[in-house]
Amino acid sequence: MSDWALWGLFLAVGIGTFVMRLSFVELHGRWRMPPLLSRALAYVPASVLAALVLPAVVYPNGQGAFVLANPQIPAALLAAWVAWKTRSTVLTLVVGMAALWVGKYLLG
Amino acid sequence: MSYRSGSDAFLQGARMLIPLTPGVIPFGLVTGVMAVELGLSPGMSMGMTLLFYSGSAQMVALQLLHTGALPVAIVATALIINLRFVMYSASLAPHLSHLPRRWTWPVSYMLSDQAYALCHLRFSSGELGRFGPHFYAGAAVAMWLTWQLSVLAGVYLGASIPDTWSLSFAVPLSFLALLVPNVRGSATLSAAVVGGTIAVLAINLPYNLGLVTASMCGVVAGLWAERLGHKSPEPAAGDGR
Repeated sequence: MSDWALWGLFLAVGIGTFVMRLSFVELHGRWRMPPLLSRALAYVPASVLAALVLPAVVYPNGQGAFVLANPQIPAALLAAWVAWKTRSTVLTLVVGMAALWVGKYLLG
Repeated sequence: MSYRSGSDAFLQGARMLIPLTPGVIPFGLVTGVMAVELGLSPGMSMGMTLLFYSGSAQMVALQLLHTGALPVAIVATALIINLRFVMYSASLAPHLSHLPRRWTWPVSYMLSDQAYALCHLRFSSGELGRFGPHFYAGAAVAMWLTWQLSVLAGVYLGASIPDTWSLSFAVPLSFLALLVPNVRGSATLSAAVVGGTIAVLAINLPYNLGLVTASMCGVVAGLWAERLGHKSPEPAAGDGR
């Protein structure tokens, strides 16, 4: 992609994100969110984040090819456990990366 | 507690953000590193960071650029990830919308998961008093500075990090660290399980539509589980950047 196309892409996401952040601050008192929409929005983070994490862990090469000897899966399980126990981003990153390195070393 | 002055509240808001920085800085570093690893110049990396001001959307956009997804799919995916800001905006609106636009526009741009998580309960309890917007602005500005500076540091460190470190695995790991605190009941768990499973199964859909499809199915699953359980959803906040 050319630099100009990239800038266009960044600008589109930037403006769209700004509009979403501003939306109700600007509209306050003029439009109320339908209750179903506000309930649905509450599930967006869990759903989107899981949809990002799982394929990235299961398919280590970025493409949709399943690999049997994939040290990312045990590393991610361990990291999820650490995240659940500690709620710490740093510890999750450190333990997950260390587990991946150990796994890769064991697989040669 | 109420604050004596606007600047007092602003500084207190900024101070409240400091304990959250250990979760923000590594994510920012990794984002900066990924941007230069994918061949973006330092200027473009920082331009992207300023325009997005959203780590998860930026990380996903970088990943999709890497796999050669269509630009339209990249924009759509990034915006879906950022849909949660609509929810935050609705929740903060009663406390910010009386301000003039020269204030609401900048503080809306700086709306982040962290600033929202710090402020929304304090706003609704009324403990912030009339300087509530100042407190929020302090937290929002501190978060913005932390994020921009850590990405900048990552951009300049990027080149010196060898491939064998498999640093790209830090991306799903940081999403995992954001995901886990968001799962706090059977409804959010259903949303995550369905969203994640469908994303794995639908990986070969064209134009990276798998992620969008999976996210929507996850939301529907959450609503379903909520109805079955007859429980109101817990407000999903504080899920990082």
